[in-house]
Parts: sequence; C-alpha cells; structure tokens
Amino acid sequence: MAIGIKVLDRPIDQSSYVRATLKGMVLTAKHLLNPQKVTTQYPEQKKSLSPRWRGTHRMLTTEDGKAKCVACGLCPTVCPANCIKLVPGEDEKGNRYPLVFEIDEFRCIFCGYCQEVCPEEAIHVGRHYENAEYSRQGFVYDLERLTAQTHPVCEMWDPADPKGE
Amino acid sequence: MTILGNALLQIASPQLPPPSNVVFFVATVIKIVVLFSLYMVGVALLTLAERKVSAWIQDRHGPNRVGPGGLLQPAADGLKNIMKEETYPDAANIPLFVLAPIMAFVPAMLTWCVIPFAAPLPTRWGLIDMVIAPLPIGYLFILAISSLGVYGIVLAGWSSNNKYALLGGLRASAQMVSYEIAMGMATIPVLLLAGNVALNDIVLQQAHGLWNVLGLTVAFFIFLVAAFAETNRLPFDMPEAESELVAGYHSEYSAMKFSMFFIAEYANMVTASALMVTLFFGGWDIPGQWDVAPWSVLKTFATGGFFLFKVLFFLFFYMWIRWTLPRFRYDQLMALGWKFMLPLSLSYIVVMASAILGLDAAGVARGSWAFGLSLLALNVVLVAILFLFIDRGRLISPAYSRLDKRNLDTLRAAAAESSLMREGRD
Repeated sequence: MAIGIKVLDRPIDQSSYVRATLKGMVLTAKHLLNPQKVTTQYPEQKKSLSPRWRGTHRMLTTEDGKAKCVACGLCPTVCPANCIKLVPGEDEKGNRYPLVFEIDEFRCIFCGYCQEVCPEEAIHVGRHYENAEYSRQGFVYDLERLTAQTHPVCEMWDPADPKGE
Repeated sequence: MTILGNALLQIASPQLPPPSNVVFFVATVIKIVVLFSLYMVGVALLTLAERKVSAWIQDRHGPNRVGPGGLLQPAADGLKNIMKEETYPDAANIPLFVLAPIMAFVPAMLTWCVIPFAAPLPTRWGLIDMVIAPLPIGYLFILAISSLGVYGIVLAGWSSNNKYALLGGLRASAQMVSYEIAMGMATIPVLLLAGNVALNDIVLQQAHGLWNVLGLTVAFFIFLVAAFAETNRLPFDMPEAESELVAGYHSEYSAMKFSMFFIAEYANMVTASALMVTLFFGGWDIPGQWDVAPWSVLKTFATGGFFLFKVLFFLFFYMWIRWTLPRFRYDQLMALGWKFMLPLSLSYIVVMASAILGLDAAGVARGSWAFGLSLLALNVVLVAILFLFIDRGRLISPAYSRLDKRNLDTLRAAAAESSLMREGRD
C-alpha cells in the first residue's frame, strides 16, 4: 500500500471491459489533443549547463599566447585516472614549461582535481561536452589543442558559497 | 471473357446501360492504376501516421527529421530497407520463405477490387462504376480472399524453421480462424437487410435507409473486434507478441521482405477499414441528395472524398486503440472469440432475423422510416443489454480468481501450521 499499489475493490463480476476501454481511450485522446511534450530537440535546443559543469579540458594562456603551465607536475600527480602526460622542459632563463602536455579525454573521469591543484590556474575543466572522434587516439588532446579550446571554464565548488549563489 | 465480363457487369447493375468492352477495359485499367498508386502511397504514409499518433499519445514528437515534419520518413525507411542485406536462415525452406511475404500482401490488395469507393461517374461513353470489379458475389469474394491472408503468416512462421516464428504462425492461424467465424456471422444481418451480397447493393440499401451502424450496432461491434483480430493489431497482436516471441512470424525476415509484412499489415488495416465503412457506415454514401441519380462528376468526387474520410477515421481508430489497450493473454483471446463473440453473433442473427421477418409480416416496407426506426429502437435495447449486463466480468477472464471462503480458511490454517512447525524447529 505504501508504494501506491492500486487494489481492485469491487468484485470482478461487476467490472466492465468495454467501459474501462472507453475510459482509456478518453485518456489517450486527451494526451493526443493536448500533449505536454517535454522532449528537448537536442541539436537545435540545448539545455543550459551548470556553472560547475566539468567537461572538456582547456589550457589558459598568457597575453603573449603561451600556455600558463609551468610544468610543476602537480596535475599528473593528483590525477586519479592517470590520464595526464607531462614532460617538463626548461628554457635558457630557467623558466620551466611543458615540452609535452597531453590529456587522454577517454581515460579522464572529469573529477576536476587538476584544476583545483594547479598553482598557475592554467589547466581547467570546461563547460563543454560534445566530444566525438573516429579513433581512441583522437581523444588524446595535446597542448596545442588544449590551448585552442574556447568554451567557458568550470567554476569550482567554493566552500564559502556551497550552493553557488 | 468479354462476354462474361459484360454479363457480370449487367448482373451487378442491371438498370444501367453497359459500357462497351473497350471502355470497360480502359476504365478498369485507369481505375487500377490510380487506386493502386493511391493505396501504396497511403500505406506508406500510414506507417508515418502510426508513429506520429503513438508519439502524440505518449507526449513525444515522433519522427520529425526527414523532410518537413518528418513527411519523408516513409521514403527514407523504404530506401533503408532496399539497401539492407536480405538474410536467409540456413535451415529455412527458401521458396516458401520468399513466397510468404507476397502471400501476406497480395490478398490485402485483392480485396480492394470489389469495394465501391464512390458514386458512379457519368462519362461520354456511359456510366462507369467506381469500383474496379463490380462482382455480384462481392462479399463472398472478400470472405474468401481475406482468409487467404493467414497463409502468408503461417508460411512465414513455418518456412523460417525457428521455434518463435512457428509459434507466431500457429497463433496467427488459430486466431484468424476463430475470428473469421464471428466476423462472417456478424455480417449476416447486414446481408439479410440488403437481400444481396453485392457490395454496391449493400451501399445503396444503406443510402436509401438507415446506415447499418444505427440499425445493427451489435453486429458492428462484433465485426470491429473481429477485424482487429483478423489484421493482427493490438490488442490482438499475438502472432507478433514481441515480449514473448521475439517478433513472431517475421523474426527471421530482414530488409524488404520484412518491410512487405509491414506493408501487408497496413494494407490489411486499410481493407478492413474500407469494409467496415462499406458494410456499416454507408460506404460512399453522403446523407441527403448526394446518393441518388442523376450522377455528376461533382457527386463522384464528393462521395469519394467522404469515403476516404470515413476510412481514414477507422484507420485512426485502429491506431487509437493500439496505443490505448494492452495485449490480451492468449487464452483470453480464444475465450473471447469462441465463448463470447460466436454465441453473441449467433443469437444476434436469430434476433435480427425474427425482427426483420416480423416487420415484413406486419407489412412495414423495407427502407421506410418505420422500418428503420423500429430496428433502431430494438438496437438500443440490445446494446444496453450487451454493454450494461452481459459485459460485466464476462468479456475478459481475469488473471486471478477469487478463492472460495472454505479454501481460503484451509490455506490459512496450513500456513499457520507450517510457521508453527518452523518456530518449533528453531
């Protein structure tokens, strides 16, 4: 009873199939004439994403167009899915920069730890989800592709403002 | 052949001057071509209509990607089905396997040739009947041909060499044989009223009197249910029954052969709808001055359009029922056919035959208002009895039965005893 089981309280020899059919037909006709359509027509209409949506990564750049990453190695360390490949390099002035920075979007679990741990606010998870490729290799995004992304980035959860208001 | 054709034509409508052989031949070919093209396009659009209606009933949009509003969806489906691979099961009986879809499709088309679809068209070359073959035995022809439809399904089930397909085929044959009887019986009062089996005469009788649905509602009800069962539509789609039999008789079919079964189902629906309209809703008749001579081109088109409207209504009704009712259990289906529909139709024949005989003996002229009204009055009483008393708890046997009070006590005692024993053991 608690979960709303309907019990037929009149004996079966008083129930009418024809009347029940007519009742059902009235119900379906009501839906036919006055449909409450809830389908989102996806490619044309898109649902708005939460500001905290964690999707495709994006590497932010400095004014001169170079990646902000300093190859500190924190994100490959914190990554629980082990999907970030980083080979650090150093220029003649002693500035560290990534020689290789690859994220396998297929392995990634989109936890957002890389964004949280990044001291330079370089790597971000973004508000974007439409990824399609013809091969698994296509999902390995290199530094060039990560910097080329333009979608808005995720606003991480703020303990001071837990509901994001 | 031509002499025979002419003779048949004259028997069907003796009051009309028979058109010459050449005119008859040319007119028939034109009618066949026009009707066949309309029919095939209509059937294709019906598959779209079915999906649209189901979607709207379920608060969805339905197919809306191909063409404006999804209108080209049937074309896309057809193209897809032609491009797909035809698969043949290893153990299938290939000739029968190929023959079955044709056997399912052809009878549905054949039936159409005796259904009058508009008022006769007056031309320079004589009056042309708006029916492909005005057979004097029209209704018997329909009964004979429509029962052939089951062969397609049974052959498909058997030649696939698949247990589910075979079960589907067996169910189809049992179901169609059972309901064929009720269907034939239900139309006997119609034939009694018309005094003829030629469909044109049945239409004219309704045009001059009352539509049969008013005078013979119970027969219409039986015919409606039997037509649903005959066309294997929900709630009687046992032969398919995807939840039990994969896809029933067409489990093993692919590509265009599968599509043929689909087309056959819709073709059968169109034919059954047209038959219901012809037998019970006055065929092409529009009440008023539309159904009497002198004939004109306008009258032909108006009556044809009205006939189409009535058929479309029944096609919609088919879909409406399909997306409203769940499927019957198989024993319920058989019980409904043999234990309810058959006795009901037999007793209805007796009642109607005595009523017509009584009215004839009382000197009430056929087709007069008194005749129609007295039939209508009798009908109201019979419908009330059927739907207010006979329907209660007898139409469909329940999935459970109420236990006898004594049995219930025994069972409860047994349950209590066993639980006591368990406690003692622990």
